[in-house]
Amino acid sequence: MDNPISMQSSKVDLKLLDPVIEKYKDKKGSLIPLLQGTQNIFGFIPEEAFYKLSSQTGISLSDMYGVATFYTQFRLNPVGKYVIKVCHGTACHVQNATKISESIQDFLKIKDGETTEDNLFTLESVACLGCCSLAPVMMIGGEAYGKLDGKKAVNVIKEIKKKNQ
Amino acid sequence: MENIKVIVGLGSCGIAAGAKKVFEHIELLNKDNNLPIYLDKTSCIGMCYREPLVEIHDGNDVYLYGDVDQKKVEEIINYHIENHKPLEKYVVQTDKFKAPENNFFEGQVKIALRNCGHINPERIEEYENRNGYKSIKKIADEKISNQQVIQTVLESGLRGRGGGGFPTGVKWKFASGYNAENKYIICNADEGDPGAFMDRSLLEGDPHSVLEGMIIAAYAIKANQGVIYCRAEYPLAIVRLNIAIEQARKKGYLGKNILGIEGFNFDIYVKEGAGAFVCGEETALIASVEGKRGMPRKRPPFPAESGLWKSPTNINNVETYANIPWIIFNGAQEYAKYGTEKSKGTKVFALTGKIRHGGLVEVPMGITIRDIIFKLGGGIINDKKFKAVQMGGPSGGCIPERLADTIVDYDSVTATGAIMGSGGMVVMDETTCMVDIARFFLDFTAKESCGKCTFCRIGTKRMLEILTRITEGEGKDGDIELLEELAQQIKDNSLCGLGQTAPNPVLTTIKYFRHEYEAHIYDKKCPALHCKKLLTYTVIPDKCTGCTVCAKNCPTNAISGSPKEIHFIDHDKCIKCGECFSRCKFDAIKLS
Repeated sequence: MDNPISMQSSKVDLKLLDPVIEKYKDKKGSLIPLLQGTQNIFGFIPEEAFYKLSSQTGISLSDMYGVATFYTQFRLNPVGKYVIKVCHGTACHVQNATKISESIQDFLKIKDGETTEDNLFTLESVACLGCCSLAPVMMIGGEAYGKLDGKKAVNVIKEIKKKNQ
Repeated sequence: MENIKVIVGLGSCGIAAGAKKVFEHIELLNKDNNLPIYLDKTSCIGMCYREPLVEIHDGNDVYLYGDVDQKKVEEIINYHIENHKPLEKYVVQTDKFKAPENNFFEGQVKIALRNCGHINPERIEEYENRNGYKSIKKIADEKISNQQVIQTVLESGLRGRGGGGFPTGVKWKFASGYNAENKYIICNADEGDPGAFMDRSLLEGDPHSVLEGMIIAAYAIKANQGVIYCRAEYPLAIVRLNIAIEQARKKGYLGKNILGIEGFNFDIYVKEGAGAFVCGEETALIASVEGKRGMPRKRPPFPAESGLWKSPTNINNVETYANIPWIIFNGAQEYAKYGTEKSKGTKVFALTGKIRHGGLVEVPMGITIRDIIFKLGGGIINDKKFKAVQMGGPSGGCIPERLADTIVDYDSVTATGAIMGSGGMVVMDETTCMVDIARFFLDFTAKESCGKCTFCRIGTKRMLEILTRITEGEGKDGDIELLEELAQQIKDNSLCGLGQTAPNPVLTTIKYFRHEYEAHIYDKKCPALHCKKLLTYTVIPDKCTGCTVCAKNCPTNAISGSPKEIHFIDHDKCIKCGECFSRCKFDAIKLS
């Protein structure tokens, strides 16, 4: 269990990366789109993907790791099927977004940034999602849920859980 | 063409509120019953607090319906088909009769947002029909020189709408002065201020106005390549931008020898950001476009001289570009008619927080903050007391109620200690704790600091620790002074705007709400009753019915009492989770 990345990586099919590499290989300044493309395929950036990207594009591993850890979008660990993004922008904060996060944490028994044991949910706090007039907001799988309170947020998650049983 | 036109507002906010379901419902109805209607979509109309919004054009009359759902929309459409009259009870805005939200648009002047909510952003023809691409055509037809274009922008008085407020014409003049094989136009669409969504709405609602603004800028400084650096969190904006770019290429507004102007070659592509607030700073943004960590560098050289790939580069924000076509089309004087002496034109604001009418408004500079909040914004939710408004996001500050008559222009807002910023206005009421707000912003900047400058990297962290301590009841004598000292050091010793302005939320709250800090530190009290660790929960004996709900739900068994008897909270066991308070149906739990 020491290295969840490698554990997960054994299942990673690196061939899937070929079209992404082909698309960006000879374009300058394309490290970020390369990493974004990789994450779109796997949901995170597996360790093996770094090695492959580096050997095929000539971008150094340290540059890649530097960029991957600088931007909040990139993940180095696998995530659950549903990523719950709880907005903590200013408007949501003054409308008590903290309570939303706390209620979800209590319900799923995970902390911010963690994934449930059944790999169904990952909980993330994000800066503004830009739907401030619906504050407080969370987004799950591209769908935004607005005007929440702790109870409503947990109900949404309960629904999704039910669908996946 | 049917004479009933049904238009659904499909911006991100609208979709989140359920507009897509409404749209699909009408589509289905239309398919099944072949209704005599024409269905279309638009983007943000601005009245976010009434989303989902549906506009109906019945003959020449226009009615805006709010809070629409599938059931209501069916009722509304059927009513129009049968009677050719509006279903008055659901109308929120019209010029035909008195409707509840008629005054939302009064006092607004729409220049940047001129097309938002009026066109289908995915069809270039609709933009063209509203004088779209006429400005670049005017330049081509009348053979207006690039220096004349710059002169017009200078005379309009337009200043950078991203927050800095640097005169746009001056920036263009600098960039036009450098010759190079490649020159770049960048549009900063990395709208990172939490609580601001003007740029997103513009990109979703009227992408072509931004493209045309960039094309004109490219002509002015003789640039050949354009980049829109857009937040990845705005997927709909990215989709619509790419559609718009493709359409503009097909029509010859992008490409080679644009509109027959010999040698004017220009194309644009969208670059997705990857989530870093500091990339709103121009040199960090350039580093990010180049595929590096988004860390700012020392200026000079300014991007106008050495920017993207070390070539001359002009960077403006989304709203700035959206103003440009209007200025070229209508003339500098027409634009400069609006606003104050040093801040011309209009500004778009995103109204959020404890305000009734949260949404997007565009107002002439010079209007007072009070008018924006009370006339357009409809005042405070639940008639609570207006306490402060936060402007400028993490770089800005909190303006207290007593300064609400401050007018909106760059210099007046700066004088309060806040900044104009990109246009986020987060309204706060008596239940908002100002120390907590300062802590919230420092938490944000401490996380977003790129780490290059020591004072920003470590200083913000230390300030955050002190603020957290204060909100948890561990504040000490001297904390306020220490915060002020650290703030000054961070301001003086940081390279970029992020660090230089990061202490502003703390400084303005200390300046205007020092008593709240003192209450936290010395009396261990939070006057807004927000900071959990400083609250005590007690049972009001007269109201307690002994229903036992609180005791059953208390996670630490801190509440004792038999059924039908008055309960009691043991403060030593209480962890202040608030569960009893939210569960009690008899308002028998008191917060103090």
